[in-house]
Amino acid sequence: MTAEAMHGPPAVARAPAADGPRLALSGDWTLEASPLLEEQERRIIEEARRGRFVAIDLAGVSRLDTAGAWLINRARRELARADVAVALEHVRPEHSILLEEAHYRVFEAPRRPRTNPIVDLLADLGESMAGGVREFVRGVAFLGEFVATLGFVAAHPIRFRLTSLIAQMELIGFRSVPIIVLINLLVGAIVAQQGIFQLLKFGASSYTVSLIGILVLRELGVLLTSIMIAGRSGSAITAEIGSMKMREEIDALRVMGLSPIEVLIAPRVLALVVSLPILTFIADMAALFGGLLVSWWYGGISPVAFMSLLKEAIAMNTFLVGMIKAPFMALVIGLIAAMDGLATKGSAESLGLQVTSSVVKSIFMVIVMDGLFAIFFASIDY
Amino acid sequence: MTSLATFENGARAGGESPDVVISVRDLVVGFGDKIVMKGLDLEVYRGEVLGFVGGSGQGKSVLTRAILGLVPTRAGVIRVFGQDRDKLAPAERRALEQRWGVLFQNGALFSGLTVKQNIQMPMREMRDLSQGLMDELAMLKIELVGLAPDAADKFPSELSGGMVKRAALARALALDPELVFLDEPTSGLDPIGAAEFDELIGTLQKTLGLTVFMVTHDLDSLYSICDRVAALAEGRVIAAGPLETLLASDHPWLRAYFHGVRGGRLRAARAEQEDEEWKPAPTTR
Repeated sequence: MTAEAMHGPPAVARAPAADGPRLALSGDWTLEASPLLEEQERRIIEEARRGRFVAIDLAGVSRLDTAGAWLINRARRELARADVAVALEHVRPEHSILLEEAHYRVFEAPRRPRTNPIVDLLADLGESMAGGVREFVRGVAFLGEFVATLGFVAAHPIRFRLTSLIAQMELIGFRSVPIIVLINLLVGAIVAQQGIFQLLKFGASSYTVSLIGILVLRELGVLLTSIMIAGRSGSAITAEIGSMKMREEIDALRVMGLSPIEVLIAPRVLALVVSLPILTFIADMAALFGGLLVSWWYGGISPVAFMSLLKEAIAMNTFLVGMIKAPFMALVIGLIAAMDGLATKGSAESLGLQVTSSVVKSIFMVIVMDGLFAIFFASIDY
Repeated sequence: MTSLATFENGARAGGESPDVVISVRDLVVGFGDKIVMKGLDLEVYRGEVLGFVGGSGQGKSVLTRAILGLVPTRAGVIRVFGQDRDKLAPAERRALEQRWGVLFQNGALFSGLTVKQNIQMPMREMRDLSQGLMDELAMLKIELVGLAPDAADKFPSELSGGMVKRAALARALALDPELVFLDEPTSGLDPIGAAEFDELIGTLQKTLGLTVFMVTHDLDSLYSICDRVAALAEGRVIAAGPLETLLASDHPWLRAYFHGVRGGRLRAARAEQEDEEWKPAPTTR
């Protein structure tokens, strides 16, 4: 060996020899010396490009890794293309294995076929339209399957899972009461405050009570409750059923001859259908109470006056319009949640996507349904 | 013994003998009331493939995670490359972590990145390289682990189980580590894929001069590529040494493991093969 192998940064030293330049490499030719490593490769090329022959002496190289070997080989190849003959000298056996393994080759990257962005955009648009239609058809089919299962259970009451229904009602209904009461109380209070503040300009602040009564009972109570339940319970149902699908539990049920709709989905959807009207009622009361408090403290309308004004403003049908909507909202939330849960594929990412899509879709559908009901009730003059 | 012993002249700080890469002394690890490791001792030598076996739930993965610093220890000293992690400054610890690569059981590839980006991740974060060189090195690693070049631009979800393991191995090798941890590398592969993977590990170990710490359940891997085998039971290493030593051991768990139905059958098959081919068993290198 001509030089002692020493640890240190990679370096290239030039030593003239009789038959051409001689480059002595030294130090650690490893990735750790990263920016320097590429510089040294360029240095090898620069030093040797002029001549016709170069000897590269590796005796001083203490450590070599695949990156170092690759760069030395890349330099050799570059020189070979410039008609410089390269000889490697004093290569240790373990380095020669690496140099062999990392011999230079050109990796051709697989090219993706070029496409027209406008065509892509139109194709995407068409695909999502078709996807929407397919989704709707699937939803209707799922509704049919659900109703058929309910019919079957009604014919065989012994298969009705009461325990599961009660447990789900606790999870979906009872546990949601505090948050539903809180947000509706606040929204009732905010509507009352705005009503008093804006209507005062016309000296009509006592109409605030009609505003609260009609708005809360017809629209806000049921809408806020449905949106809250879609976010809270719809997502939970999708996540639960989706993770069961991921772990093949749904398939396990099927091969035992049990219907997942009967065992898992019916109790959840039914629990939603029973709980949501009750929660809507609680929400209505909370919002009215919030309105009452603000009217009293901020608008100077005493509770007794509030009650009598409220009685004049609303009738039974005002209350019923909200309540009738509740079970339909529950059905939409439950079916979308269950359907998206069952559409989960094997991976955790897919579960996350399904939960997001379930919440977004059910909130969207709740608002669309509310609009349809508004048209319906207006046209029958209820 | 193998190449890396000459790559590194002398051990770094720590005063261990130069050939010990991992040394674990009196390790105690526990969760709550449950003590998993009760004063465990283990040594891994430079350039060897150590197979680590043990029953399910005995804590093989816990030991690996403790060495990697993912599980807190209650007592004992773990030295890797002669350095005690717990006593290192954060920068030194980072430098230490760049000298090992880990293949997790399920690959642990980043799902949002392609295979190539996964391999380039450590290079990009830890080193200062041009994109061109990173692309070439990533493709080199992909070829090294036996993946087709078109796997480079695929996402982990588009790969089969065996390809995920190979891609994860390529990522573990991205910074050319000296020490590689493999957690059940052949689990979930079919016998052909498992044998290929064993061969790949053996080849890479020789080419790159790696030290390999391999947790495994696969008796075939033990026979074909491991230089030494360590067995874990009752929170301790009950035996460590060449496979022959463990085969000759009287410990009830080892007897059940190697001389049970599967172990016995495999041993018989190996012995037959040796007789026919008159060449030394692959275990005795």
